[in-house]
Amino acid sequence: MRVVVAMSGGVDSSVAAALLAEQGHDVIGLSMQLYPQGDASSGHFGSCCTLDDLNDARRVASTVGFPHYILNFEQRFQETVVSDFVREYASGRTPLPCAHCNSDLKFSTLLERAHGFGAASVATGHYAQVERRGTRWLLKRSVDREKDQSYFLFPLTQDQLASALFPVGTLTKTQVRREARRLELQVAEKPDSQEICFVPDGDYASFVAAKAPRVAHAGAILAEGGERLGTHSGIHRFTIGQRKGLGVSSPAPLYVLRIDADSGDVTVGPKSSLERTTLTASGVNWVSTEDAPAAWIPVTSQIRHRHVPAPGRVRALENERAEIEFDAPQSAVTPGQAVVFYQDEVVVGGGWID
Amino acid sequence: MGLTRNATLVRVRIYLDHNATTPPAAEVVDRMAGALREQFGNPSSVHHFGQVAKSALDEARSATAALVGGDPSEIVFTSGGTESDNFAIRGVAEALEVTGRKHLIATAIEHEAVLTTLKALARRGWKTTLLPVDQSGIVAPEALEEALTDETVLVSIMHANNEIGTIQPIAQLARIARARGAVFHTDAVQTAGKIPVDVKALGVDLLSLSAHKFYGPKGAGALWIRRGVRLHAPMTGGKQERGRRAGTENVAGIIGMGVAAQLAQHKMAAEGERLAVLRDRLEGGILASVGGTAINGARSPRVPNTTNISFDRVEAESLLIALDLAGIAVSTGSACSSGTLEPSHVLKAMGFPAHRTQNSIRFSLGLANTEADIQRVIEVLPGVVEKLRNLTRTVARV
Repeated sequence: MRVVVAMSGGVDSSVAAALLAEQGHDVIGLSMQLYPQGDASSGHFGSCCTLDDLNDARRVASTVGFPHYILNFEQRFQETVVSDFVREYASGRTPLPCAHCNSDLKFSTLLERAHGFGAASVATGHYAQVERRGTRWLLKRSVDREKDQSYFLFPLTQDQLASALFPVGTLTKTQVRREARRLELQVAEKPDSQEICFVPDGDYASFVAAKAPRVAHAGAILAEGGERLGTHSGIHRFTIGQRKGLGVSSPAPLYVLRIDADSGDVTVGPKSSLERTTLTASGVNWVSTEDAPAAWIPVTSQIRHRHVPAPGRVRALENERAEIEFDAPQSAVTPGQAVVFYQDEVVVGGGWID
Repeated sequence: MGLTRNATLVRVRIYLDHNATTPPAAEVVDRMAGALREQFGNPSSVHHFGQVAKSALDEARSATAALVGGDPSEIVFTSGGTESDNFAIRGVAEALEVTGRKHLIATAIEHEAVLTTLKALARRGWKTTLLPVDQSGIVAPEALEEALTDETVLVSIMHANNEIGTIQPIAQLARIARARGAVFHTDAVQTAGKIPVDVKALGVDLLSLSAHKFYGPKGAGALWIRRGVRLHAPMTGGKQERGRRAGTENVAGIIGMGVAAQLAQHKMAAEGERLAVLRDRLEGGILASVGGTAINGARSPRVPNTTNISFDRVEAESLLIALDLAGIAVSTGSACSSGTLEPSHVLKAMGFPAHRTQNSIRFSLGLANTEADIQRVIEVLPGVVEKLRNLTRTVARV
């Protein structure tokens, strides 16, 4: 079977590609160039998919023995992922670009290219599992719960899941590194990438301000009661639950509670005020069920990548929206992040927090 | 190591990217291997070993000079086309900077080696003018006349374009430039060894060439410098190349270039005719079997081995990969540092709409190509293009 592997140059996608090749698949490695690489002299830029990473992917392909190509997705990446990222921050929300990149690039544009090259599937180095159950393609957590990335994959449609392969989803990270050494891949000891790949040095604020100068204007920092505690230099510098960098002194720690993009006001308060027992989400994708559940169903929900899933229930609302209730209050429900609902290991669905 | 797994799937590979590089001729490889073994001396050394190497260099110098109709003393060996272009442009700019004239002219379709060098000089205060071309891919002599000023130090116009193969009227352009007191440089990397190149008939001052474009090795090239033209040395050090290019010579590579130059001169006329026939057959076959195709620069004089074809509703990037997976190696003209494709600056300069700068493929033929190769391409291409065009958005967007 001909398979395209989306290769970032990291150890996970490298092992994914090498394992598929070892199983006898006709592997084609594709890497996406997502932003201008500039000159080598301009120094380090992003944290993944840099020129060095693309070269790493190429070396792995050459070691294992399959062809590798680099696709120029700069324009598409700007138009989809980056513009959404900037727009979300400018709206006072906290975006989740990796999920958009998965659904709008890897499993759409890249998958489409794969079809053009005679490949039916796209494999990635994600820690997640796809499983056919009855007529549905299920998305499940990876065997290594610590590395699980199903949270970032919730937008995938049934067609996309049907074409997706996650070869490392059944392995632990330790096993992946062991496989990389066994297969003599040069990236075996390469550190994991941490930051959002296209933002230099993790400095989101400067990145957003450069792309959307209008957001970088001063606003007020308000207490819950409405009194003015200070000023700030742009709402894009804040996310819900943020404690550092508020520039306001207070005897008790203060946290960002609300960001109002229209007024430019940032409301702060004590940690207890961050707690919510309900939320709504938009753009909901129901993965495990054909029909959106009109009645409450029990789920555990995750409201950010590193969130311990919280028990509660979910039901569908109109217009691809959903309502979630938690059994216990959850801290820092953040608009723009994803909420993903699970039943055991299975992704029931997910959406974007309103 | 090596692409063994996939190589078993592709039975035949057809190489149609000779403008990027050519496979060294067997004679070249043999002579170079011999040179590496036996002529290892440093040409600057006084002793026997040095003399042997020096004499081999001289022989290569004569062969290289003969390929472009110049005198051996006017040849400076370099590492290739890019260095020769840099040497010519920076060398003249630096030598004439003291005159206070600070204007350089090139065309919008030059190779990156020229364009990027001009940009670098522009950042240091040089005025630069890029002459436009029309859809024929040819520079209008009137445009050069208008652009020339008393400040103009150097004009650099390529002999043939690497992407579309169009040949510029260099003799006429050089006459115009030199009449206004400007030095004239031509990048002949895509013509030297392919078509007759004669520095006297062209009337140029400086001419770049590169060995690996005519079945010589990579890492060897030359700049022909008309006697009397002043330019600064790109590298300083020893007195090699009459003090014009310091550093111990790439002896084996230069010997390889000399052999390649002789072979090219020998085969040029017959091979040029043969390639033109194959190229025309390829163009005719593609136009007839694939709808929505057009030849770029077709009505202009072109080098015989090159064709550049637009495929409507196909991205060149995908077509290139799909063809490679089918065992056919082609290219577009430009690639960035990672090897991905960028819109062609040449087709853009020719005034083609944006989509056409990203849907064009270059086929460049060479010695090993046969009629069977061309036939195979014509057979494979329609299916590949069709498949890419039919990619409906089967993948639902969220």
